[in-house]
Amino acid sequence: MTGWLHSCRRTSVPTLARHLIGVAVAAVALLGLTYVLDPFHDYQLATAAAYLCAAAGLTVLIGQNGQLSLGHGALMAVGAYTLAMVQNQFGDHGVIAQWTVVVSLAAGVVTATLAGTVIGLAAARLRGPYLAGLTLVVAIALPAVTTVFSGVFHGDQGMSVFLPPVPDQLGVDFPMERWQAWLAVAAALLTLLALANLVRGRFGRSMRAIRDNEVAASVAGIPVARVQVVAFVVSAACAGLGGGMFAVLAQSVSPDAFTLTLSLNLLLAVVVGGSGSLAGAVWGSLLLVLLRYWADQLTGGLALSAGLRTRLAGNLPLAVFGLLLIVVMMAAPGGVQGLLSRAGRWVGGRLIRRPSHRAEVPAPDAEPPAPVVSHS
Amino acid sequence: MSDLLEVEGLTAGYHGVPVLHGIDLRVPAGTICAVLGANGAGKTTLLRALSGLIRPSTGRIAFDGADLGDLATERLVRRGIGHVPEGRGVIAELTVEENLMLGGAWRLGWAGVWGAARAGLRRDVAEVYQLFPPLAARRRQPGHQLSGGERQMLALGRALVGRPRLLLLDEPSLGLAPRVVAQTMALLRQLCEQTRLTVLLVEQNVRSALSIADQGVVMSLGRVVAAGDARRLADDADLRHAYLGF
Amino acid sequence: MDRFLFLTVDGLTHGAVYSAFALALVLIWRGTRIVNFAQGVLAVATSYLAYTVTGRSGSYWLGFLAALLAGLVLGAVVERLVMHRVAGAPPLNAVIVALGLVLVVQGVLGMIYGNQYLPFPAPFDRSAMTVGGVPLVSRFDLFVFGTVVLLMIVLALLFTRTAIGLRMRAAAFAPSVARLLGVRVGRMLTLGWALAALVGALAGMLVIPTGLGLHPTAMDTVFVSAFTAVVVGGLDSPAGAVVGGMLVGLVLSYVAGYLGAGTAPLAVLALLVVVLLVRPAGLFSGPQARRV
Ligand SMILES: Nc1ncnc2c1ncn2[C@@H]1O[C@H](COP(=O)(O)OP(=O)(O)OP(=O)(O)O)[C@@H](O)[C@H]1O
Ligand SMILES: [Mg+2]
Repeated sequence: MTGWLHSCRRTSVPTLARHLIGVAVAAVALLGLTYVLDPFHDYQLATAAAYLCAAAGLTVLIGQNGQLSLGHGALMAVGAYTLAMVQNQFGDHGVIAQWTVVVSLAAGVVTATLAGTVIGLAAARLRGPYLAGLTLVVAIALPAVTTVFSGVFHGDQGMSVFLPPVPDQLGVDFPMERWQAWLAVAAALLTLLALANLVRGRFGRSMRAIRDNEVAASVAGIPVARVQVVAFVVSAACAGLGGGMFAVLAQSVSPDAFTLTLSLNLLLAVVVGGSGSLAGAVWGSLLLVLLRYWADQLTGGLALSAGLRTRLAGNLPLAVFGLLLIVVMMAAPGGVQGLLSRAGRWVGGRLIRRPSHRAEVPAPDAEPPAPVVSHS
Repeated sequence: MSDLLEVEGLTAGYHGVPVLHGIDLRVPAGTICAVLGANGAGKTTLLRALSGLIRPSTGRIAFDGADLGDLATERLVRRGIGHVPEGRGVIAELTVEENLMLGGAWRLGWAGVWGAARAGLRRDVAEVYQLFPPLAARRRQPGHQLSGGERQMLALGRALVGRPRLLLLDEPSLGLAPRVVAQTMALLRQLCEQTRLTVLLVEQNVRSALSIADQGVVMSLGRVVAAGDARRLADDADLRHAYLGF
Repeated sequence: MDRFLFLTVDGLTHGAVYSAFALALVLIWRGTRIVNFAQGVLAVATSYLAYTVTGRSGSYWLGFLAALLAGLVLGAVVERLVMHRVAGAPPLNAVIVALGLVLVVQGVLGMIYGNQYLPFPAPFDRSAMTVGGVPLVSRFDLFVFGTVVLLMIVLALLFTRTAIGLRMRAAAFAPSVARLLGVRVGRMLTLGWALAALVGALAGMLVIPTGLGLHPTAMDTVFVSAFTAVVVGGLDSPAGAVVGGMLVGLVLSYVAGYLGAGTAPLAVLALLVVVLLVRPAGLFSGPQARRV
C-alpha cells in the first residue's frame, strides 16, 4: 500500500545527488555572502529565507497539487508560537544551548504538521473556492485563539522569545543578524532539498496527476484523498518551519504578525515567482523583502510629513503587492520563473540550432507547468 | 427578386482548423432552403458561422443586402437572424413562459416592466401557445421538466417570439413523433407563405425536408456538392444514392 | 431569558446583513462561477467614501447615497477592468486576482486614511428600546431589518418580473444560448457585478456602525460570515443565502454572548467545518450532488 511512497526514494537517487550538490554550492555561496553583507542586509537575507521556507511549501501545494490555501500564514503562527513557548521553557529552566533552537524549531514543525493534518483532512474533499474560503476563515479565525486563551498566548501583546546568544566560537563581535541568517538559510536550503526530492519522485507525479485530472488520477489507482492530505500536511510543515524562523528572527511573537495579509504575501511570492516552481519561490521570497525595502527607501527619500510617512510605510508595499499579483496573473501567469525558462529556451534555441521539433521539449531542469499558469 | 441571404466563399472552422471550405449559398426571401449532408459534413458549423457564433476566416455573408462583417451574435439577432441550435438550448432553470419571453426580451428596453413592447411580447407568446398547445399547459414548469418533443416546440416557439426574418433551424425534427414532424414542417411552410419568413433548415429527415423546401443544398466534407430545386434534388437518383441514402 | 431574547434580536440583525452580503456573493457566483473574495474590501472602500462625504457635507444620507452609487460604479469597473480578463482562465486565477484586489484596496485605503479605527456613525439610535420591560430592539436594528427586507423584495422583483432580470438570469444559467437570443451577456455580467457591489456597499453601511469602526480590514469577518452563510445555504441558492445568513448571525450572537466576544471567529470556523463535512453542497441544495 505504501509502494507509491517507497518508490519515490528508489527512482530519485541520482537526482538526490544532484540536489545535494546544488544545496552544498548554494550553502557555501550564501555563507560567503553573509560576510559581505552588513548586519542589516544579513537580517533581510534571513527574512527572505524564512519566507522561502513557507513559500516553497505553498508553491508545491498550489502549483503542483492545485490546492489554494490562504491559511498558511496561520500555520506559520502555529510554528512561531510553539517555538516561542518551547524556547521560553528552556530559558525558564536555565537550559541555554544552541541545540535548544533546533529542538523548538522541530516542535514548531510538529505542531504545524498536526494543525495542517486537521485542516487538510477537513479540506480533503474541497476544491477551488471552497478550499480557498475555508483556509481564509482559518487565517482570520486563528489569531482569535491568542485572545481567547490570553493566559497562555498573552493576547494581542504577544510575547518575547528567549534565544541563546551567538556561539562564542564565532568571536565576540560576530553580529547576531549574521547568525540568524545562517540559521534561516540552513532551514530554507533543507526545505528546498526535501521538497525538490518530493516533487521529482512518484509522489510529485501523483500530485500533478490529481491537479490535471482528478478522475483520471483516481482511475489510475492514485489514492486521491490521501495524496491531497499529505500534500497539505507537507506544506503545513514547511509553513511551521518558516513561522519558527520568523520567531527566531523577531525574537518575539504576536498575532498581528500573522494576519491574512501574511498569507496573501506568501501567495504573492508563489505567484510572482511562478507557481509550482521552487526556483520561483526563491524569486518571490526575495521580492517580498526587496519590495518592502525599496518602498521604505522611496518614502524615506521623499520629503513627507511624519503622518503621511507612517501611512505609506505599511501600505505602499501592500498596494504594490496586490497590483503585482493582478498584473502577473493577467500578463504572465507563469511568473518570473516562467519568463526565465521561456527566455532560456529561446536563447538555447538560438545558440544551438536544434531541429524545430526538439525545441518543444522542455529543458531537463524546467519545472513542470502549474495549473494557474495555463489558459484552458 | 433579391436574395435575403447571400454567402460567398465562406471558410470557417474551429481553432484555426477549417471545417467549411468556400461555401456559396443564396436564399431568396420567403423561401425554405434545406441543408442536407452526412454527419460531420459541416451543416451545424455553417449555421454557427451565419449566426456569428464562430468567426468566418474568409468569405462574405450578406443579409438583406448588407454585409454582416463580423457583427456579434446578439447584434445579428437584432437584425432578424434567429437560430435554434442543435440540442435545442432550452434553459433548464427558467420556466416555459420565461424561456418564451426571453426569445423576444431583446426588443424590450432596460426595465421592460410596462409599456407597449411588453404587451406585444405577451401577444407573441400567446400565439406560440396557440401553435403549440402542450406548451400552454406547462407554462409555469421549469425547462428541465419538459419532454424532448416539448423542448423542440419550446425552442422553435422561442425563436418565433423573436420575430426573425431568417430562421436557422438545426435538425428540428430530431426526437419528434412523425406526426409532429409533419405538423412542424407544415407550420414552417405556412409561416413562410404568410409572413415571408425565410428558413435555412438543416435536416437528416431528408424526405420531409425536401417536401416543404423550395431549394436544397447538399454538403459533404465542408463543401456544397449539389444545390438546386428541392424537387429536382429529391428526384436525382445518383445524388440520393451518393449522399442522401434513400 | 431576557439575555436570550436580546441575543436573538441582535443575531437576527447581524444575520440580515450577512444575508444581504451572502446574496451578493451568490449573485456573482451564479453569473461567473467566481467567489468574489474582494467583496469585503469593496464594501470597505465605499464606506470610506461615505465617511468622507458625510464628513464634508454634514449629511449622513448624502454619504449613504454616495456609498451605494460608488458600489455600483466600483463593481462595474472591477468587472470590466480585471475580472473580465480572467474569465476564461482556470478558476484559481480569478481567486488570486480577487485577492490581489484585496491587497490593493486595503493598501490604498491605508495610505489615504491611515490604519486606525475611524468612528462611523449610525443614522439612528443604537440603544435598545424596552418592550414590556425588556430592552429588546433599537431603532437602528429596525432600520437594518427594514432595509434588508426592502432590498430583498427589490431584488426578487428585479429578477422575476423585469426583462433585464430575465436576461441576467439567462446570461448566468446559459450564456451561449442567451447570446443566441440576443442577450448581451458581457453587459449582463458587468451589471451583475455592479449590483453585487451595490448590495455589498449597503451591507457595509449597515454593519460597520455596529463594530469597532471603519478600518481597511473592517469587513473581513463579515466576509467570512457571509461566505459561511453561502456555504450553509449552497452557493447557487439565493434563498439559501438568506437563511444561511440568518443562521450564522444567530449562532455568532449566541456564541459571542455566552462564551465571550473573542470566540466568534472560532465559532464561524467550527460551523464552516461542520457544514462542509456534513453537507458540502449546502443545506438547501437539491438532490443532485454538486462537486465542491
Ligand atoms: N467545437 C468544435 N471544435 C472542433 N471541431 C468541431 C467542433 N464542432 C464540430 N467540429 C468538427 O467540424 C466538423 C463538422 O461538424 P458539424 O457539427 O458542422 O457537422 P454536422 O454536419 O452538423 O454533423 P451532424 O449531422 O452530425 O450534426 C466535424 O468534423 C466536427 O468534428
Ligand atoms: Mg449538426
